[in-house]
Amino acid sequence: MTESALSKKRTSWRIKLEPRLDVPPAWYPPAVSLGAIVVALILGGMVIAFVGGNPFRSYGHIARASFGDIGVLSDTIVKATPIILTALACSIAFRMKLWNIGAEGQFIMGAWGASAVVLAPLVPADSPRWLFIATMVVAGILCGALWGFIPGYLKAKFNVNEIISTLMLNYVAISWVNYWVFAVWTEGGFQMSPRFPDAAWLPRLSDYAKTMPLFRGLTTHGGLVLGIIAAIVVGFIVYRSRWGYEIRLIGDNPHAAEYAGINIVRNIMYVMALSGALAGLGGMSEVAGVVHRLQTSPIAAGYGFTGIIVAWLAKLNPLAILLVSVLFGALILAGREIQPAGIPKMIQGIILVCLIASDFLLRYRVRIVRVGADGEGA
Amino acid sequence: MDFVIILQAGVATGTVLLFAALGEIFAERSGVLNLGVEGMMLIGAMSAFSVASSTGNPWLGILVAMLCAGLISQIHAFIVVTLQADQVVSGLALTFVGTGISLVLGEGLSKAGTVAQIPTFTVPLLSQIPILGPIFFTNQSVLVYLGYLLTPLAWYYINHTRPGLHLRAIGEYPSAADALGISVFRLRYFYVFVGGMFAGLGGAALSLAISPGWFSELTTNGQGWIAVGLVIFAQWDPVRAMIGSFAFGALRRLILDIQGPLTLLGFDNPFYYNSYLGFFLQMLPYAFTIIVLVIGSREAIRKRLGAPAALGEPYIRGERGK
Repeated sequence: MTESALSKKRTSWRIKLEPRLDVPPAWYPPAVSLGAIVVALILGGMVIAFVGGNPFRSYGHIARASFGDIGVLSDTIVKATPIILTALACSIAFRMKLWNIGAEGQFIMGAWGASAVVLAPLVPADSPRWLFIATMVVAGILCGALWGFIPGYLKAKFNVNEIISTLMLNYVAISWVNYWVFAVWTEGGFQMSPRFPDAAWLPRLSDYAKTMPLFRGLTTHGGLVLGIIAAIVVGFIVYRSRWGYEIRLIGDNPHAAEYAGINIVRNIMYVMALSGALAGLGGMSEVAGVVHRLQTSPIAAGYGFTGIIVAWLAKLNPLAILLVSVLFGALILAGREIQPAGIPKMIQGIILVCLIASDFLLRYRVRIVRVGADGEGA
Repeated sequence: MDFVIILQAGVATGTVLLFAALGEIFAERSGVLNLGVEGMMLIGAMSAFSVASSTGNPWLGILVAMLCAGLISQIHAFIVVTLQADQVVSGLALTFVGTGISLVLGEGLSKAGTVAQIPTFTVPLLSQIPILGPIFFTNQSVLVYLGYLLTPLAWYYINHTRPGLHLRAIGEYPSAADALGISVFRLRYFYVFVGGMFAGLGGAALSLAISPGWFSELTTNGQGWIAVGLVIFAQWDPVRAMIGSFAFGALRRLILDIQGPLTLLGFDNPFYYNSYLGFFLQMLPYAFTIIVLVIGSREAIRKRLGAPAALGEPYIRGERGK
């Protein structure tokens, strides 16, 4: 009796952290991320329960309203499309440790540029669809790239913190679009432009319902194709090209990159412009594929910020971004009907917090060890 | 357009930025970059307004706001100090979480109507000083006077006290501070908490005194980010942060007032005749932040000033260097 009490007193359990020296097995990082998401959903559910909601009903609703049948699945993909492009935009900048928080503004400027093609108009109103779409893609990319290049230039030449400058440019972009929507292209005094002609719409699946009856009513549009192409291009640049090698090297070790003769200043400007171009393409896809007019609120809906989380969750991998974007598209789509309205945003934030915290498990091995009274591990 | 009124209002609105910037200075001086200011301010604004509307006591609202924002800042502290994760991403995540939670918990608060606000008063003698009196000491909120007090106190604390020396040490050279027996981890937690409390105070000042009410995300509308930018412009100095904050506040007021008069400098006022040009005025605070950053960065290079050396770096005991 006394002996067992004594031994109970002697041994205690301690959490011990050891830096991981080996590379964890391939299944481990995705499993940790998945675990982080599960923990985030539990935490989010606790907050929902705290404000008087039913977390099971909320999550069940999200699942049903986003993957329940082919129609809502198509809507989910529509919501995922802009996220794919903004997440790609963030991923390439983050790869170089450039914190482009301005994908939102670059997205908005891309939408503005694409709209200007139709509304200014830059091409004749009776142009064929291919001409409209091609010019809108170019205009969206250029405007987004300009909006990314400005903070890139300021960072490269004046060492201006890009986090703040990209963020400030988000607000400038919103005011800029508001000016055009209210003052120049307004439709009858409302805060929106007139509707684009059909030729300026990205084709939808439902357009082919005559030949493929299955597609009837499906809203998935050509922006998805743009997103997939962009993902492949970004993947090629990052993993297969010399430029991508430079980007990764600067991100991992700027000193080594400098010694290797890589021009960091120029790369900052190029990568920020490319990042902005991708987000701008996303804005173009959103106006031409979904909104079909320039209007601030459905365009500045926070896709740029969701892109940050998606890029991080996908570990900056372009192909993983395609998959993760669909999950977040579902969250946004279903979240529209959930009350209170802040829940999707809150869950996104909690997911990001849990993800960052879980990275710790990739760098450290957590072991629970038994420690004797003399301090020696058993 | 009366410039005294613009500056007087500038001091009032600038106080919000001042509190947030002071808090961020404490956090960054300890080596922790906290980009969650916007989220913490929203938490502060929401909880202050909520408590004030349910209890009728704005002072209690301020206290709760500071406590809530301080508590939520500890998420960031845990992730970057203990788990040694990237401070930029963690700070962003804190902004997302803070915004999300304040939207969820603040649901319905926008319809709460008016609540008891923090009172304003005029300082008897000081308000008689020409120009300065009306600007700084007439009809200002109690919180504005609190700002006048806290700024020199913060400056003195950081530069001339022993705890302030420790604060600077853990931000500049944490391993040396650690060797001297200063607890880097505990102090970093503490100063992130202080930063959170200040951000909460800033948020409370918004919703209870400066622009009373809860307007979801539009309550702060990016002011937390402007505060982070101001810290860089201020070179991590509380007094410069105060000047910058008041200048920003005045700019915000100027934007509103410039659209009123029929003529400007003898010309027809374009902002009066074409109200849409107001959208360009709305860009000004944000564009101005970028300009201020360019000035601040150039000055930092010229004077060889800079951020605290260990800013953004996790401190890992036993690692070489740093």
